[in-house]
Amino acid sequence: MKQMKELAGITGNPIAYARRLQETSGKKIIGYMCSYAPEEIIHAAGAHPLRLFGSGRNILLADSHLQSYCCSLVRGVLEDALAGNLNYLTGMIFPHTCDTVQRLSDIWRLNVPEGFHLDIVLPVKLDTADACQYLIDVLHRFRDDLGKALQTKISDDDLRKSITLYNNIRNNLQKVYELRKSNPDLLSGRDVYALVKAAMIMDRESYLTILQAVVGEMQKATGTADNKKNRRKRLILSGGICSQPDIYSLVEDVGAHIAGDDLCTGSRYFAGQISVNGDPITAIAERYVKRVVCPAKHMGNRSRAENLLHLVKDCHADGVIFMLLKFCDPHAFDYPYLKKALDKEGLPCLLLEVEDQPQAQEQMKTRIEAFLETLKTL
Amino acid sequence: MAEGKDPEKEKRKIKSVKKMKAIMTKYYKKAKLAWLTRKKIAWITSGGPVEPLIAMNIIPVYPENHGAMIGASKMGVDLCQKAEAMGYSSDLCSYARSDISCAPAKGGPIGGLPKPNMLICCNNICGTVLKWYEVQARYFNVPLFILDTPFCHTQFTQEARQYVKKQVEEYILFLEKVCKKKMDHDRMKEVGRLSVEAQRLWQAVLDTAQNRPAPLSAFDAFFHLALIVTLRGTRQAVDYYQELLAEMKQRVADGIGAIPNEKHRLLWDNLPIWYRTRWLSQKFAAADACLVADTYTSAWCGALQYIDENNFLESMAEGYSRIYLNIGIDEMARQVIQMIDKYKADGLVMHSNRSCKPYSFGQLDIQRIVREERGLPSLMIEADMVDERFFSESQIDTRIDAFMEVVRERKSGI
Ligand code: SF4
Ligand code: SF4
Repeated sequence: MKQMKELAGITGNPIAYARRLQETSGKKIIGYMCSYAPEEIIHAAGAHPLRLFGSGRNILLADSHLQSYCCSLVRGVLEDALAGNLNYLTGMIFPHTCDTVQRLSDIWRLNVPEGFHLDIVLPVKLDTADACQYLIDVLHRFRDDLGKALQTKISDDDLRKSITLYNNIRNNLQKVYELRKSNPDLLSGRDVYALVKAAMIMDRESYLTILQAVVGEMQKATGTADNKKNRRKRLILSGGICSQPDIYSLVEDVGAHIAGDDLCTGSRYFAGQISVNGDPITAIAERYVKRVVCPAKHMGNRSRAENLLHLVKDCHADGVIFMLLKFCDPHAFDYPYLKKALDKEGLPCLLLEVEDQPQAQEQMKTRIEAFLETLKTL
Repeated sequence: MAEGKDPEKEKRKIKSVKKMKAIMTKYYKKAKLAWLTRKKIAWITSGGPVEPLIAMNIIPVYPENHGAMIGASKMGVDLCQKAEAMGYSSDLCSYARSDISCAPAKGGPIGGLPKPNMLICCNNICGTVLKWYEVQARYFNVPLFILDTPFCHTQFTQEARQYVKKQVEEYILFLEKVCKKKMDHDRMKEVGRLSVEAQRLWQAVLDTAQNRPAPLSAFDAFFHLALIVTLRGTRQAVDYYQELLAEMKQRVADGIGAIPNEKHRLLWDNLPIWYRTRWLSQKFAAADACLVADTYTSAWCGALQYIDENNFLESMAEGYSRIYLNIGIDEMARQVIQMIDKYKADGLVMHSNRSCKPYSFGQLDIQRIVREERGLPSLMIEADMVDERFFSESQIDTRIDAFMEVVRERKSGI
């Protein structure tokens, strides 16, 4: 698909894209790095939300602030900021998630001179009425704080317009995943990765146009499915962010494919819809509470395993690959119990612990090949 | 052993140590026999609100205190490896790892902790405890109460205060439900007062280290901390710290220091390295350096300013939210500098503890701020509090020597 080339270029260098966007449109760019960032509020303020990933350069400057046992995502993003690569940001927001990001926020506030800095101290549990009320209060405060920082007033109408746009994006991304479920050849795994990632980087209106075109082409192409190919093994990718997009091609090269994911840069990003009726802030909060939970938040003791099993069933998957960033506590704590839940159902899984740097590709390939061998014998 | 009879060493020994050991042994015995007395057991995080448990006659048990015991008895590596065999990454907090594997293995120095009837998790120290207690809630299949204390980067907001206050009410309801009985509010008030009194006494004990020579060191404080963590809110804790305070005052009057020849005074940051406290204390003592204070043990009295002893439950929300680990780095640095001034420290020793990310990330900035504001030399020791595999003796030995050289030079230069 012709759109994919453009997206690949953008997702390959988000920092450069956002800089260009800022220069050509004059839009204020607000950085964030977690799927609990209320993008709708930022967008309603007329600003552009940009998810940061870390450009994977050598860590030199961040070393004077973060020890070596810090995850590469946080080290990478801080490195970019200290190197001045993000100096076009008008502001940076920090929704509260893990211990590492919590401290990154402090370090950022003390060391990165450019832009304003806002903390969104979300509740850690999401399963009580009081926590939900607090979440709503926090989002209201954020709306006020952001309005002040950007010297604008964010009206309910603005919020509803943004919610509609984002609902549209979410809806279409869900369609992409749905269509691929029955026919994975409609879009390669690598393209799916770029498509979702671009949603967190690109100007959202332009993005929606591209996304709709992609969905249209996919819909036209359904029916031309090659059924032989569809008997390939189907896998779920689970973790936080996918920092190794090559995994999609690696899996496809060995005759399988990623049929669905449980990633915060994947389906967790676009799951759920936001109601356009009633108080928009309450509606935004409701989505976070209903959405599949991130391991840094609490929603009962077993909800992630339940979700994962549901996803496996829904995608008719044969196995799961856990792709976890080294030093990421919340995900590492959940892995044993998720694995156990899969074991119980006789579902095999593979754990890949990665760092956000060009990985020893060959090694990853060998492990995936071996994993698929065991799958085939099942 | 001849060592025991050395009069110089005898003089320096803190007499209360014996008593403390007896109290803790009895406490764990009682906890392990709780099933006989039909008392309920709650596992609770170290920064958690224990007072309502005491008021409800529930025995609180602290996996983190247990973790410290595991570390001190050098059983950490084995248990951590067992956890890794269960699938837990070696990069996770070693308290959590050793506790998680200890439960099914019944390992550790006391054969495992008594089984909980409920779990109380307060995330004012870290996000690790949330995940850790989820693991245990699944394992033991018991109710889990989470007291969520929003992080105070720069402020404790009005909505956060309300949220925590509401949760304190829920907490009481939760306990009443599990225990099938009402909370006795008069008793609760009494427990609140005793807790505040114990915290004040603990602060007073730590304060005696302002004297030269300091009658106790941070290594002593690590040991005597156990009661303020596990038994605050009881009369026993108050009595004990009164005695300890009296002993410290006597030592000050007699001019007895924690180390034989105190020339340099240092401040310790982060958790102790439990399996090497003796080695480290001897190492520093040999350089005539006394670690006179630390940020860790003072965390159990640092939020006193927010607590109203006559209105404990009401003020608890703020007290438990604004503790040392739940605040921004700049505020932590400010408190470190206050301690440096208060205890007249000549240097800062930081334990970069790979187990504890919220305590360790930000240390490099605190170090810089301290250097800029007080020009104090500092040392960063890379290690882990329980997992000995991350301790390199020769490297740390050399670094301490080099650091002490700087401390000496700086002082002779003034
Ligand atoms: S990868 Fe894990 S540790 Fe790193 S920022 Fe994300 S949740 Fe936090
Ligand atoms: S050592 Fe740190 S990470 Fe571990 S339980 Fe304590 S505060 Fe949490």
